[in-house]
Amino acid sequence: MSFWTRHQIFEKNSIILVVGILLVIAIGGLVEITPLFYLKSTIEKVDGVRPYTPLELAGRNVYVREGCYLCHSQMVRPLRDEVERYGHFSLAAESMFDHPFQWGSKRTGPDLARVGAKYSDDWHVTHLTNPRAIVPQSVMPGYPFLSRAEIDPDAIAGDMRTLRTVGVPYSDEQIANAAADLKAQADPDNAGTDAFGKRYAKAVVRNFDGKTGTPTEMDALIAYLQMLGTLVDFKIYNEKANLR
Amino acid sequence: MSQPSIPKSMTIGESGLAVVFAVTAFLCVIASAKALDAPFAFHAALSAAASLAAVFFIVNRYFERPAALPPQEINGRPNYNMGPIKFSAFMAMFWGIAGFLVGLIIASQLAWPALNFDLPWISFGRLRPLHTSAVIFAFGGNVLVATSFYVVQKSCRARLAGDLAPWFVVLGYNFFILVAGTGYLLGVTQSKEYAEPEWYADLWLTIVWVVYLLVFLATIFKRKEPHIFVANWFYLAFIVTIAVLHLGNNPALPVSVFGSKSYVAWGGIQDAMFQWWYGHNAVGFFLTAGFLAIMYYFIPKRAERPIYSYRLSIIHFWALIFLYIWAGPHHLHYTALPDWTQTLGMTFSIMLWMPSWGGMINGLMTLSGAWDKLRTDPVLRMLVVSVAFYGMSTFEGPMMSIKVVNSLSHYTDWTIGHVHSGALGWVGFVSFGALYCLVPWAWNRKGLYSLKLVNWHFWIATLGIVLYISAMWVSGILQGLMWRAYTSLGFLEYSFIETVEAMHPFYIIRAAGGGLFLIGALIMAYNLWMTVRVGEQEAQMPVALQPAE
Repeated sequence: MSFWTRHQIFEKNSIILVVGILLVIAIGGLVEITPLFYLKSTIEKVDGVRPYTPLELAGRNVYVREGCYLCHSQMVRPLRDEVERYGHFSLAAESMFDHPFQWGSKRTGPDLARVGAKYSDDWHVTHLTNPRAIVPQSVMPGYPFLSRAEIDPDAIAGDMRTLRTVGVPYSDEQIANAAADLKAQADPDNAGTDAFGKRYAKAVVRNFDGKTGTPTEMDALIAYLQMLGTLVDFKIYNEKANLR
Repeated sequence: MSQPSIPKSMTIGESGLAVVFAVTAFLCVIASAKALDAPFAFHAALSAAASLAAVFFIVNRYFERPAALPPQEINGRPNYNMGPIKFSAFMAMFWGIAGFLVGLIIASQLAWPALNFDLPWISFGRLRPLHTSAVIFAFGGNVLVATSFYVVQKSCRARLAGDLAPWFVVLGYNFFILVAGTGYLLGVTQSKEYAEPEWYADLWLTIVWVVYLLVFLATIFKRKEPHIFVANWFYLAFIVTIAVLHLGNNPALPVSVFGSKSYVAWGGIQDAMFQWWYGHNAVGFFLTAGFLAIMYYFIPKRAERPIYSYRLSIIHFWALIFLYIWAGPHHLHYTALPDWTQTLGMTFSIMLWMPSWGGMINGLMTLSGAWDKLRTDPVLRMLVVSVAFYGMSTFEGPMMSIKVVNSLSHYTDWTIGHVHSGALGWVGFVSFGALYCLVPWAWNRKGLYSLKLVNWHFWIATLGIVLYISAMWVSGILQGLMWRAYTSLGFLEYSFIETVEAMHPFYIIRAAGGGLFLIGALIMAYNLWMTVRVGEQEAQMPVALQPAE
């Protein structure tokens, strides 16, 4: 019996054909994906990476909602020009708490993996409200409505609990104080800023949108943008230890 | 209408489904009342309304139908079920035009950002998923459902399995599109490209998709032919694999069952790998395997020639589906994904060139002895040119997956150009060709209203594609080179915004190309509409007319 005759078993039996398809398509995915869950070298050992603060998380949700990832990557490649333009190439560890990841696939605008602390809060407010007020050639949409949208501080704890279930190490204390922390990060005069600072290393407390009152989506988004890429101190990062 | 000899009663399917939808409507009303956010309340209300409409549809259909269900055969010939196919074909044309229009809008927004109007609902970031989902899943998906239901019936010489099930598939699928699309405009998204719909839309799609697979398989079970036709292998691979990909990429935990927000189970690097395993194989199995099935049925039919090589199609099939699954990591070259995964992805992407061209050869060579028809039949020309575009983009893809090439092309418009040479040239043209064949067949018409209009469509759309992809090639390579350009003193030559500025003329040319493509589709819609409305009935009716549905 030739190969072609034997193949008829697939051509004459739909269930065998379906099983054949399932087996053939399973191999590639299993080989490429499963090791990423157990190979220790997949994610570097790095100090400093922590889960997002409640305000940063709210800002990240705005980033996701508005589809920022469609024009901005968050992944600096280890190429000479990118490292010079954006900073140290991105580590897997830097996005290990990202559900979902925001590496992006297109740079209609610049990479944002290390945009944190590069521009002032004022710059971001003006730029997000009307990008062409600051960068005349920009093609980015304006987001003036973010300043008008207040954030409900009490809602964020539910998000953090959900994230903890899928693997982000939020502590009970962080979740219990979520609403207070969200308000504290956007208000330097808040009594809770010290306690907040102890719960989230390197978190910055500022009135990001420059307005008093309940934090807005503008506060949250800028808080998120200003922390991007700032958690790992590359002066003390041991590159050799993580060579893969 | 009903024959008195048979007592009329509801089937278990009819009564069961009516009850299920009635309960669903009730649950959706509660969900809408308890919703934590406005988009969820809207979607729950929409689902409640759709469920009530479904109950009405089922009951009304029962009252209007004769006591007996449509027979499997009439006078020894299969009684094909064309209703769901007609609906899906109509929706394909509708969503196609909607999707092309949104594409034109977002292309214009990139050329003239003022068109975002500072409004959340129509800003680029929300419209872009609407465009991709509308063209891939709404237009392409409806073409696939319509053609697969047609091909599986004809090639098995059996009536489509199920009575309400095929209607559940086509209506349920389009309802998924409606929920997903309105969700994007309201800011409901998982932010995973081509898998943006949130958890509840994903769950609904899973149900619809399982029923789709069952209808398809059950029709194959009933076949009168010993062999399962080649096109059906490809349809099966498409349906089965898309189910696997959908389930693998989308497991997410909602923050509340009464809210739209969820967090995906995977994080960081694993999420990236799952996403592009999904994303690339949405290309491989939705936009390739499914449409190759169309190629394997419609080109031989239209050219009235047998498939060039049956053995080649066997090799093509298994090699394509085996190799495609590995190609995902080429979307993550030079990222934090481990090198071994990137190298595997690149290697298999390059190998993928071979089965792709095997398929192209099989499609093109089917024209052997019938090449002269290209001069007289613009529909066949469209189908054949689509295969040529398939060959072009399946050469370009493996080339771009080579890491050094990718270091230049990635993140630039070159990727967009590559996608559109495949999407407009291959998927678009093969879909247009298939619809031009399918509409006269399904509606029992002698032929199309006007072949001249098809000719116009062909040339306008081709010109549009050429403008589109050449503009994107130039802008992509230009921007990639500008990003890495150094001055003689060793400084980066261009700031980022200078490279954005350089894109402006190409964005205008691209929008013009997209506009031409849209005009072509409008001509097509008119042509198909007139075919159905004034087209001459086929003299001999090979198929009994459907009862009114």
